[in-house]
Amino acid sequence: MSKDNQILEDLNSKEYEHGWSVDFETDEAPLGLNEDIIRWISTKKEEPTWLLAWRLKAFKIWQAMPEPEWANVHYAKMDLQALRYYSAPKQSKKPKNINEVDPELIAIYERLGISLNEQKRLQGIAIDVVLDSVSVATTFKETLGKLGILFCSFSEAVKEHPELIQKYLGSVVPMTDNYYAALNSAVFSDGSFCYIPKGVRCPMELSTYFRINAANTGQFERTLIVADDSSYVSYLEGCTAPQRDENQLHAAVVEIYAGAHAEVKYSTVQNWFPGDKDGKGGIFNFVTKRGICAGDHSKISWTQVETGSAVTWKYPSCILKGDYSIGEFYSVAVTNNYQQADTGTKMIHIGKNTKSRIVSKGISAGKSQNSYRGQVQVMKRAHNARNFSQCDSLLMGDQCGAHTFPYLDIANPSAKVEHEATTSKIGEDQIFYCNQRGIATEDAVALIVNGYAKEVLNQLPMEFAVEAQKLLALTLEGSVG
Amino acid sequence: MLSIKNLHASIEGTPILRGINLEIKAGEVHAIMGPNGSGKSTLASVLAGREEYEVTEGEVVFQGKELLELSPEDRAREGVFLAFQYPIEIPGVSTTNFLRTALNQVREYRGLEPLDAVKFLSLMKEKMALVEIDQKLLSRSLNEGFSGGEKKRNEIFQMAMLEPVLSILDETDSGLDIDALRIVSNGVNKLKSEKTATIVVTHYQRLLEYIVPDFVHVLYKGRIVKSGTKELALELEEKGYDWIKEEVDSTATV
Ligand SMILES: Nc1ncnc2c1ncn2[C@@H]1O[C@H](COP(=O)(O)OP(=O)(O)OP(=O)(O)O)[C@@H](O)[C@H]1O
Ligand SMILES: [Mg+2]
Repeated sequence: MSKDNQILEDLNSKEYEHGWSVDFETDEAPLGLNEDIIRWISTKKEEPTWLLAWRLKAFKIWQAMPEPEWANVHYAKMDLQALRYYSAPKQSKKPKNINEVDPELIAIYERLGISLNEQKRLQGIAIDVVLDSVSVATTFKETLGKLGILFCSFSEAVKEHPELIQKYLGSVVPMTDNYYAALNSAVFSDGSFCYIPKGVRCPMELSTYFRINAANTGQFERTLIVADDSSYVSYLEGCTAPQRDENQLHAAVVEIYAGAHAEVKYSTVQNWFPGDKDGKGGIFNFVTKRGICAGDHSKISWTQVETGSAVTWKYPSCILKGDYSIGEFYSVAVTNNYQQADTGTKMIHIGKNTKSRIVSKGISAGKSQNSYRGQVQVMKRAHNARNFSQCDSLLMGDQCGAHTFPYLDIANPSAKVEHEATTSKIGEDQIFYCNQRGIATEDAVALIVNGYAKEVLNQLPMEFAVEAQKLLALTLEGSVG
Repeated sequence: MLSIKNLHASIEGTPILRGINLEIKAGEVHAIMGPNGSGKSTLASVLAGREEYEVTEGEVVFQGKELLELSPEDRAREGVFLAFQYPIEIPGVSTTNFLRTALNQVREYRGLEPLDAVKFLSLMKEKMALVEIDQKLLSRSLNEGFSGGEKKRNEIFQMAMLEPVLSILDETDSGLDIDALRIVSNGVNKLKSEKTATIVVTHYQRLLEYIVPDFVHVLYKGRIVKSGTKELALELEEKGYDWIKEEVDSTATV
């Protein structure tokens, strides 16, 4: 390739790298939201009546709820009636294995840099891909099946394992929880389900890639992870969405259940379209993620790298119910241009000797606003609860903002809660030092930022960490110098 | 190799360098001495391209190129290296990782392939031996929590890795213990060749016993007011700067 072409390509890729959309026939619901639409979705998905009833109940609850306003973000209210609540890629029949998947879908994932075949062969990752709502391919099912591990789309689980779904659906995030959780409960289209039986250690990272494709489609996934006693699983979620002018809504619900001595690691790298340099377009990301350490000595660990979305509102939380259970939250949230992020966590200590650890690294650039909101709640019977929170903010330039809102709610005097917070700026002298060694300013920023976020990035599985580092650099391009 | 003509520079409107002239040829070592605040570090920073300093007059030619027109990173890639008087900390970034990024960017500029991990590691090993630096130090965050001496030694290690054409050592000797001074100086000497040149900024004659200068210059109030051979450093050690200050201040035109 000639040098000029290379430069042009590089320039283009500095705009949102995944900003394109493929045209293929979709099977979509009419615009708007009412009981009929919910029935339409449920029929389309050939759901049992109990699930339809559950959805309708959630819809009633949602209708009675006001839209929340307390997060430290500002945006024009979305017209929820102008959205389409179901959009599935048209396929004549469901694929049985990867070779039967629509080649065009495979091509999309290849453009995204996720080749199923490659992933399958090289990384030993089982992927359940969700494209605009319907799970289109599930790999590695066989290997997992031998261990009794279930990993499939949510709709499939509804059909094949209704007893598990009925038992756990809404048990961690009830439909009454909040506005967006209620909405999700009413209209969720698909998502992933995973069950690890007693005493089984899942031998590979389970991974889901979400991507929003059709215009004006709200994406409402539902993820349910159940780790039975003494089991272990590491779950990865990655997201991208094509560039669009209208703001698209994403309101997912993730529920994690960990039994006694079970451990669940949940990692997210989110790089949805953040809107352009003038703040136009971008994804609205309102997600409810919660895990319950239901048994003694169980552990749930959330790791997130948030680089995308125009507006993010997200607080992965842990309910530490079992004695000696542990909750962890590691987060890097980057905002640039006009992005707004309000993220954090809630650690709810119920059991005795429960421990939680929060490491939050915010990075703000451009005219963006980055808020950390963390709540540590220690209930009356939670003797010897421990929490450590570290909240750091890194500012680039002087037009952005970083805000920290720690909330403490301690009902047991034996609790030990520590909170540390720092705010720093990338120093000119640091950048000059890098320049003096031959490192260009953009790369210097990437290096310094990755160093700053290292404690969190270290929590990610290797190949995810590499991707996350690149994303951080990409998000911050052009923000200094 | 380096030709500085009538260089004036100021910071926030205050003139610091007020007409520096200096010619350095390949293979030479020049020592720059002078009282505190005379502008030695400023000269080093201006050569390295620090943007806070405004060059108000003069020109600098480095290997046929207008140095002042180049960005700081391109100066480094052309072969200018500054061992900082006060090295900067970068939390979370190991020296190893930092140097790999730096070296590969320098190589790319020079049209060379990036070094793969194996080749990089063996280069590291070779240079580590040269300045006798501990591997453990290199995997820690760059300069974070390093002792004063460790920082200085790390600077020279970086110099060894990047193999510059012109090295500017700003008070590299301060903070080094007696053994470290010898080791680091030996390292610098081994890196010297007839193709490279070194500028050593120091307050002490002791360093110049190890790194023997061809020329010694005294900087005072932003000008080179006296130049000589290594004997000048001995004289300064003995008599201090007062006699030079008097000489200059009595004939001062400003
Ligand atoms: N931002 C600034 N504003 C005003 N004066 C400055 C600024 N930065 C540096 N100076 C002054 O410039 C002068 C030269 O400083 P420089 O660091 O170059 O001295 P030096 O010769 O390296 O001294 P030392 O031997 O103590 O290292 C000093 O008087 C210093 O106070
Ligand atoms: Mg100095």
